[in-house]
Amino acid sequence: MKLYDYILSPSCYKVRLMAALTCVKLDIRPVDFHPGAEHRGPELMALNPAGSIPILEDADLILTESSAMLVYLAARAAPEWLGSGAAEETARVQQWLSFSNRLTASLGGARLHEMLLRPGDITALQAQGIAALRELEAGLVEQGLRGMRFLASDRPTVADIACFPYVALAPDGGVSLAPYPAIRLWSRALRSLENFIEMPGIHRLHELKPDPHIEPDGA
Amino acid sequence: MTHNAMIDEWYPVGLFSKLDAAGRKTALMGEPIDVARDAEGNAKVTEGNGRPLPVRVRYGHVWSSLGAPQKALFAIPEADQAGRRFVDVGVVRVRCSPLRAVENFLDIAHFPFVHTDILGAEPHTEVQNYKVEIRDDEVWATQVKFYQPQAAKSASGGITTEYMYRVPAPTCAVLYKTCPPRPSEWDVITLFVQPLAEDLCDVWPWMALFDDTTSLTDLIHFQQTIFLQDRSILENQIPRLLPLDPGMEIPTRADLTSVAYRRWLKRHDYTYGAQLVAQ
Ligand SMILES: N[C@H](CCC(=O)N[C@@H](CS)C(=O)NCC(=O)O)C(=O)O
Ligand SMILES: [Fe+2]
Repeated sequence: MKLYDYILSPSCYKVRLMAALTCVKLDIRPVDFHPGAEHRGPELMALNPAGSIPILEDADLILTESSAMLVYLAARAAPEWLGSGAAEETARVQQWLSFSNRLTASLGGARLHEMLLRPGDITALQAQGIAALRELEAGLVEQGLRGMRFLASDRPTVADIACFPYVALAPDGGVSLAPYPAIRLWSRALRSLENFIEMPGIHRLHELKPDPHIEPDGA
Repeated sequence: MTHNAMIDEWYPVGLFSKLDAAGRKTALMGEPIDVARDAEGNAKVTEGNGRPLPVRVRYGHVWSSLGAPQKALFAIPEADQAGRRFVDVGVVRVRCSPLRAVENFLDIAHFPFVHTDILGAEPHTEVQNYKVEIRDDEVWATQVKFYQPQAAKSASGGITTEYMYRVPAPTCAVLYKTCPPRPSEWDVITLFVQPLAEDLCDVWPWMALFDDTTSLTDLIHFQQTIFLQDRSILENQIPRLLPLDPGMEIPTRADLTSVAYRRWLKRHDYTYGAQLVAQ
């Protein structure tokens, strides 16, 4: 399975992360997205006329939407990541998979603007990003009331992986995560999954400082 | 405001390979500027009011100045050495003082924590003794040795890497490091920083490497990965500006280069992006 990949792209990272979590080996083909704009060059435009990455190639199958790639990896290697199949859960998975495109457009757009000088209306991008974060925060709080820690279920699904990267990288685009306690807990839960991998700007959960040593009292 | 000393320095303002006739609007020390390619294919830099600014093209980048530079752009002799590959890594914007961006680049103590498993790894966090001096009015740190799990794209496995750091201009740093495929040479990695404002900069990393096997894209991605790991840390440093008053941040042995850099800045009145009064 060949992934046209850019190390700094949150959309590409979704696919790398999903593959790592489901123990699928990807054949990585690095794309010079910045500064080379190779994704707009003839070779990649022929594969994906939309001019975006990631692109996933597996024999005859060519995917250009990261959500479809997550579903493909899960269906092949670890179907539990697709959810239980119950009607409501299936709908929630789809709801958040589609919602993830709003995160890409808003928080992703703000990040490209602030980091790689992409033109855009930064105020509008950040405002749309904040609106999306509030919606996600509310969704996670409601899930918590249902006794579930993840977006669609009590276990992580493709929906969580689709939403996580742009949210975790919101500060790169000048959007703070401080007002969203449920998002921060959710992010921690995802980062502590077995086989989790990082990308620049998203750190693994390793504690730099040891726990404080508390003397047993009364001795 | 005593920003005058830095006005006469050269700054990177764009990649030469990316210039076009339409031009690119950017800024230098708060002034809007335009960087374009003229009809003859030469780089042209103009201030907002149309005033032409001095131009040099060197090390893959276009250089300019708002003032009247008294000195030539600093030399990097390795840029003319046959057999090296020259890598334009591309711009990354950082909401921090341009001086902070350079200072962070000079600091190796953060490697194991920020560039975990690439430029450093626990428990190898010890910075051994090294030498800091002023040479020809540049800050130099030499004999810097550090254990690295993956020092370069061309390194397979951990090695103890030797570094030299050099600050030839207030917002530029040049790093020389052990070159895994060619032990008698140094790889050159630079950080050219364009000061947009006192707390905002565009960073243009550039490299001159001996490596005939790694693809250009992989070389770019390796360096971008490392720089992006630094970016979030730079954006969260407090205070935003670099304090130049001794005593504000207490240095440890690992920070000798930083102390020398700050003293050198202060001596030259290079204070654009610096904080002089303790707050
Ligand atoms: N098809 C969407 C596109 C993802 C996306 O926006 N990718 C960015 C990189 S992170 C991209 O290729 N942008 C094209 C551009 O900005 O030129 C997906 O797979 O989720
Ligand atoms: Fe760093």
